[in-house]
Amino acid sequence: MIPVPEINLGGVLPALILGVAGLLATLLGLFVRKGAATVGAIIGFTAVLIALAANAPLRFMNTPAFSGMIVLDTFSWFFNLLILLSVGLTILISMKYLTDQGLDLYEYFAILLFSSVGMMFMVSGTHLLMIFVGLETLSIGVYVLTGVLPKSSKASEASLKYLLLGSFSSALFLYGAALLYGASGSLSLAGLAKYFQSGSVSTMGLIGMGLLLVGFSFKVAAVPFHMWTPDVYDGAPSPITGFMSVGVKAAAFAAFLRVFFECFGSAQVTWSHILWILAVLTMILGNLAALVQSNIKRMLAYSSIAHAGYILIGMVAGTAMGAAGILYYLLAYIFTNLGAFAVVTMVGRKGEANISIDDYRGLGKSHPALALAMSIFLFSLAGIPPTAGFIGKFTIFGAAIASGYIWLVIIGVLTSAASVFYYFRVVMKMYMEAPEVEPESLKFSPSMALALTLTVMVVLYIGIFPTTYLNLATESVKSLF
Amino acid sequence: METILFYVLAVVTLLSAVFVIFLRRPIHNVLFMILTMIGLATLFILLHAEFIAMVQIIVYAGAVMVLFLFVIMLLNLEEIDLPREPRPLRWGFGVILSLALVVMLFPVFKSIAPIINGVAQNGDLAAASNLDLIAKELFTTYLLPFEIASFLLLAAIIGTVVIGRKLTKS
Repeated sequence: MIPVPEINLGGVLPALILGVAGLLATLLGLFVRKGAATVGAIIGFTAVLIALAANAPLRFMNTPAFSGMIVLDTFSWFFNLLILLSVGLTILISMKYLTDQGLDLYEYFAILLFSSVGMMFMVSGTHLLMIFVGLETLSIGVYVLTGVLPKSSKASEASLKYLLLGSFSSALFLYGAALLYGASGSLSLAGLAKYFQSGSVSTMGLIGMGLLLVGFSFKVAAVPFHMWTPDVYDGAPSPITGFMSVGVKAAAFAAFLRVFFECFGSAQVTWSHILWILAVLTMILGNLAALVQSNIKRMLAYSSIAHAGYILIGMVAGTAMGAAGILYYLLAYIFTNLGAFAVVTMVGRKGEANISIDDYRGLGKSHPALALAMSIFLFSLAGIPPTAGFIGKFTIFGAAIASGYIWLVIIGVLTSAASVFYYFRVVMKMYMEAPEVEPESLKFSPSMALALTLTVMVVLYIGIFPTTYLNLATESVKSLF
Repeated sequence: METILFYVLAVVTLLSAVFVIFLRRPIHNVLFMILTMIGLATLFILLHAEFIAMVQIIVYAGAVMVLFLFVIMLLNLEEIDLPREPRPLRWGFGVILSLALVVMLFPVFKSIAPIINGVAQNGDLAAASNLDLIAKELFTTYLLPFEIASFLLLAAIIGTVVIGRKLTKS
């Protein structure tokens, strides 16, 4: 007889709701003749709202569930919240996008939901196996979404590239996990933590840790594991690019933080050196490459690489303050970047014809609201007060200084000063230049208007009143230390 | 007896692995790769790892290699498409990289050796059928990842259909 394990469905309710909604969207899509995509989007958005409510009780919990596979704590709660926010916003942006492209793809939303189920298990996983299964579920979804546009060779190319490189990095992650299991005899984070605290860590264990680091660095697009990013971000549908740059990044950083602080915390001296180098390379290369881009999606891709570099600074700092800074930064980044991609989706029009930076000329005159929103997002990306991006950078840099990484912060500040140049170039184009031919005026849809209003308001609000959110972030990382 | 069996099987496995690399016709490569996989499976059986042996045959020798065969047959390669003799430069790089890998793996093997010996002396593992143990673990401790893996497969299936079908424009 096999004993029945303890099953805590309440704890995984948010993910469960999204999963069921994904299945529902797939099934209903078969029966609805026209507007199946809208039905899928409505189901998905409703599910996100319900899941937000179901996620709330997790905040005050601190219990392992499912034989220690996942843990329900404030950290999981915070990241579930980030994931749900980014999925919700992506659904809103995607509705407009699919209408623009004339596509009735209901599976689009189903796969988006499946992918976020994977993310949720990845962020709450306390066992490398669980984290890996979550990582794969999320990745498979994103590979498909990248190539979801029919008859677009660019999207297919991006999807295939992402699939090949992504599988490769997953394999490295798995290999690392296998080596760690060989060294310590355990795959649970608690077991690994005990092994690393014992002080006698074998070479095999260290190689395993290094391979995990590579796997995570790939997912967060840190240099030198960033090669896929520009092509994939450029080829994918704009809302999905936005989703990848925030949702996937947040989930990957969550697991990265949990694994490296909770189980390799005692080896922090070893890995912080490596991360120091990665952070510097990522910031420099990301920002320099972004300077010369003429395609807005590629520019934002390199900018997202650069942001991964800033976030890595928080990890190098290695303190609760640094980790809290990362959480706040990700919160700010989700709204900022998804907002920016919402504008890119709007301006892109059918077939994403207008994704050159030159297409933004005269936007300030023809669509003042849209141009204002874009400027706010770009200010936030550059880290200029009073936006959320400023507080995020400020907290992370502050934590690094407190830990004594002065040079790292100097490089961070210098590269973000350089980044102001390429963000402002877009602002200049919008307000100072006139387009050669006046393009047709853009039409807002209610969902897009909602998404843009929400993102602008949040970027400004949490930038001006950050205290509550910083406290939340500090509260959430408590379980890691 | 077991030692002799091990050496025979090891030689077969290694030789067929070498043939995978050195034969020119892809179809021969694939057939030898299958033989390598089967050889590995028998080695797993010698280690009392029946489950891994089964998986090795079903997944690798069965599913993956059949896929390889299909692709090669679909490509329908002519003699002229086959690659020429490998260039010396590429050879050199290959040898250097393989040696580097061996050097890097050496400490790993060295650190595994005591663990493996420890496992071999642990009688419990061999006593219980390990299929039994794996099944028990899979449905108790690893219940959640197991269920989420089914989700993963579902997402992959739906994704393949989405990408593969011809879309009728609405």
